[in-house]
Amino acid sequence: MKDIRLMKGNEAFAEGIIRAGCDGYFGYPITPQSEVLEYLSTTNPKERTGMVVLQAESEIASIHMVYGGAAAGKRVVTSSSSPGISLMQEGISFMAGTELPCLLLNVVRGGPGLGTIQPSQSDYFQAVKGGGHGDYKMIVLAPASVQEMYDFAKLGFDLAFKHRIQVMILSDGAIGQMMEKVELDDQMPRLTDAEIVKRYPWATTGKTPDRKRNIITSLDLNPVKQEIINQNLQKKFKHIEETEVRFEKIQCDDAEYLFVAYGSSARICQKAVLLGRAQGIKVGLLRPITLFPFPTEELARLAEQVHGMQVIEMSAGQMVEDVRLAVNGRVPVAHYGRLGGIIPAPDEVLHVLEQNFITSKTEKKYEPAAY
Amino acid sequence: MSQLLTREEICVPENEVYHRTCLLTDAALTYCPGCGHGTAHRLIMEVIEEMGLQADTIGVAPVGCSVLAYDFMDIDMQQAAHGRAPAVATGIKRLYPDKFVFTYQGDGDLAAIGTGETLHACNRGENITIFFVNNGIYGMTGGQMAPTTLPGMKTATSPFGRDTESMGYPLKITELIAMLPGTYYVTRQSVHTPQNVRKAKKAIEKAIQYQKLNRGLNFVEIVSNCNSGWKMTPLESNKWMEENMFPYYPLGDIKVPKQN
Repeated sequence: MKDIRLMKGNEAFAEGIIRAGCDGYFGYPITPQSEVLEYLSTTNPKERTGMVVLQAESEIASIHMVYGGAAAGKRVVTSSSSPGISLMQEGISFMAGTELPCLLLNVVRGGPGLGTIQPSQSDYFQAVKGGGHGDYKMIVLAPASVQEMYDFAKLGFDLAFKHRIQVMILSDGAIGQMMEKVELDDQMPRLTDAEIVKRYPWATTGKTPDRKRNIITSLDLNPVKQEIINQNLQKKFKHIEETEVRFEKIQCDDAEYLFVAYGSSARICQKAVLLGRAQGIKVGLLRPITLFPFPTEELARLAEQVHGMQVIEMSAGQMVEDVRLAVNGRVPVAHYGRLGGIIPAPDEVLHVLEQNFITSKTEKKYEPAAY
Repeated sequence: MSQLLTREEICVPENEVYHRTCLLTDAALTYCPGCGHGTAHRLIMEVIEEMGLQADTIGVAPVGCSVLAYDFMDIDMQQAAHGRAPAVATGIKRLYPDKFVFTYQGDGDLAAIGTGETLHACNRGENITIFFVNNGIYGMTGGQMAPTTLPGMKTATSPFGRDTESMGYPLKITELIAMLPGTYYVTRQSVHTPQNVRKAKKAIEKAIQYQKLNRGLNFVEIVSNCNSGWKMTPLESNKWMEENMFPYYPLGDIKVPKQN
């Protein structure tokens, strides 16, 4: 019989990492993602699988604990929300430089600064363009449901170890806090220490006589070597762009107009597509599931088909830049964003699309409901 | 005049008074001549060799003069961000509780930028060993003021001497962490004379052995010289260290395990 439960997004992620054979979680409380650490503290993963859970003294310490565990070949995770993720950029950059696999969850809240504890998508640039210092990218997954908060835990680990890269799940306060039904998989076993030695010969597991010592460092003071290190990193990112793009298309086959949105915004646009279709507007939705790598080619293809693309984000316009790069001027691209923790409504975004691409510009502007 | 002995005649077991531990690599040390880091490296590796711990050891290197410690130590090692070594070591040790995990850090790394990570790793009683080399200055970046720089001491960023009114006081972080219930063994040593080297080696042995007991964090401070940063000859710097550093940072055990 299927194991189906009603869970919050944050809880589903926590259950997801346990069942995906996670070895260690290091984290620090911050709204709106504290349920991750709380769930891990109450459901006793130590007894269930031997997984280690530790509340660190800061997000900085959390990410460096992850760095230590990842270097030793373990499946390690941390989670936080925007201000905490900013603090973690140092450690993420070190893991980029040492090519270590790990899973990170950002349950985004509005900024800048302390901002708000309400949901937002204003950390897109930080997640997708690098975030910390240096030329690097992470794989970024954008869940749009509680089920995906659960599923992306396993997917994230798989991608992280396949490419020796950091995988960030870019969620938001709405997906993290809302409750939906989740279908759970069977428990995957954790790798034994012997399996880790065999599978990950690069890991710092203790130098045995049969091999040279393993060194995990991002430092090379020789510019020629450092350039090669960086070029190899870029090759890896290029390979990921060629092989790991994921997206979902909803009613795109005959679409004349297209919503482009990820995460919570995609859920809203999904409803807006239904509303639009009921009115006879041929509208579809392209939902990027990977934000890096971005579905550039698919958007370029759709640019040949539709009359306009309406990007919906809970930000002042971040992903829209990547959509415009993909479309390269072939079709008008409009942006609509709500800020500060306000979530747009389906009729609101449909109205914006109609106004931008279908009805006359002289008509009365839509006034969004006051919160 | 008698005939000179050949190398083969000299290099016989009965003549051997010292050999370099096989756990130090062939890489030439990048430390300044006269610096204490080389001796500290050798002692730690010697003890790990003698205890047969090479396959069970994971070391964490800091940012500072000893950032390249992994070039010299023939063990699995990870290079940590500035000050974060105790957090990195926590991550490793929690996931490999049976391994011997240590950090090797300088005073800027451990007692300035990494104060939070140091205090909390100590306070949680992480079963790791921290080797802390304190020379009262930032050596690698060119001799700037450190958290442990003595009052009145001249550095690149305190050119008229450390003024405690505006620059604060040298941090006795070792005394501070000894107060925490999470630390098990806390000691302060030096490596500038043969006698001190022998004492330091004994302390390092204890700090490694005690990790097996899982009773908390073991901490060895080594007060050392920085002849380049202090702008002295090696001999002058050792004398200055005895006369100025040791009164402020007295050598000896600060916290020893209770007998039972």
